[in-house]
Amino acid sequence: MFREEAAKLTGAMVRVIGNFDIAEEVVQDSLLAALEKWPEQGIPDRPGAWLMTTARRRAIDLLRRDQRYAEKVALLERSALPADAPEVDDRLRLIFTCCHPALAQEAQVALTLRAVAGFTTREIAAAFLVSERTMAQRIVRAKRKIVEANIPYRMPQGAELVPRVDAVLAVLYLMFNEGYLSRGPDVAARRDLAQDALWLASLTARLLPDQPEVLGLVALMKLHLARARARFDAAGEMVLLPEQDRSLWDEAAIAEAVEVLRRAAGMNMPGPYQLQAAIAAVHSEARSWVATDWAQIVVLYDALLRLSDTPVVRLNRAVALSHVRGPQVALGEVNDLAISLGGYHLFHATRAELLEELGETALARESRLRALELCQNPAERSLLMRKLGS
Amino acid sequence: MKYVLLFGGTMEPEERAKNPEMAAAYERIGRWFEEYGRAGKIVGGHELKGPHTATTVRFKDGTAMVTDGPFIESKEVIGGYAEVEVADLDEALEIAKTWPGQTSVEVRPVVGDA
Repeated sequence: MFREEAAKLTGAMVRVIGNFDIAEEVVQDSLLAALEKWPEQGIPDRPGAWLMTTARRRAIDLLRRDQRYAEKVALLERSALPADAPEVDDRLRLIFTCCHPALAQEAQVALTLRAVAGFTTREIAAAFLVSERTMAQRIVRAKRKIVEANIPYRMPQGAELVPRVDAVLAVLYLMFNEGYLSRGPDVAARRDLAQDALWLASLTARLLPDQPEVLGLVALMKLHLARARARFDAAGEMVLLPEQDRSLWDEAAIAEAVEVLRRAAGMNMPGPYQLQAAIAAVHSEARSWVATDWAQIVVLYDALLRLSDTPVVRLNRAVALSHVRGPQVALGEVNDLAISLGGYHLFHATRAELLEELGETALARESRLRALELCQNPAERSLLMRKLGS
Repeated sequence: MKYVLLFGGTMEPEERAKNPEMAAAYERIGRWFEEYGRAGKIVGGHELKGPHTATTVRFKDGTAMVTDGPFIESKEVIGGYAEVEVADLDEALEIAKTWPGQTSVEVRPVVGDA
């Protein structure tokens, strides 16, 4: 519920007070007050109004001492906040301010979660496995920069829009991956970063309906989440795509994602997120790993390479290629990436799979050991160890 | 709001002046200053002489000590600066992105100019 209210509240407060730091702080304070009071007193009938009143009172208390804000206090003391700009614009402006490239990307992520999705500092710290103190400092520093360097609270215009949208999408995708990849079966208690990232992306898509890459990212996230239930088995072990029980996939969610992607494709402006979503969609629509339309996937990877030629994309393309032209050809392509990806565990894990298919058991084992050395994620480590044991 | 754009430079201004390709670059930079100056956006600025001309005053226990060289030892040096008067960081960044010198530009707000 907080995420439905936080952005509207922060957006309105920034607009009225004109100081991002103070506005964001009073909203966070009112969320914390709600966390404290609602469990005892019950959730109020109109939670949004309750939060707004609390934030307004807090702002008046804070600003009353400062002469420079006399006018703003008068504005806040009137019962309703002035609605001179539609709330939709407020939230969008807020997202663009939080994801401003003049802020470090990790700060962009933290600030977006707090100001737009209503996370508390403690929740963000838990999601990124850093101490609450470190996260609080990161947020304070970012907010200070917004105020002191005068980062505007405004929609980017003209030629600036697309690169700024890309920056927002990068933040949301990072957030999603942090939640999705590090998610084990045991973290159900903590707020689901991947779900919140999808919510933020969907919100951005509603606010920017003519940007196909935003839809592409929404589709990509939905497709990943649709397979989430199949990613861990009953014992809590990670299951990779080839071995997943596809009957566990959420078909309704897949159909929804494909529909979103179709809408994006209709705008005739392909981009990396749309292509990645298209690849995920081909996987999602295949009845089995073997029955996957690999030729189609290779074509999509070729298109993706033309837009963003990165070693990781080449590595993934090689996996698809192995199903079309065999493991020998694929291994050649993978080996070419040794210099750029030598420190990446999935490079060695992929090599191991291909070597195994070619009957090179000893070399495969060697690569898998190297992958294990480089891998940090516990679920992936356990998977590698099982393969080494068998 | 006032910001200072600090332009990076790797060559001495004297060397730059001798380099024939730089003559054209200087012309572009001159036009750039003129253009933004006329628009009232650039309100001050200079090219600086090379880091070999720099002298640094440091304070140790309240005593001023004069030493040779710039105070940041690095390959990148500050080659010049411009003061701009604009609405916000985005506008300052827009100007910085058009810098014809193609060296790094650090953008900093000045104190006491909210």
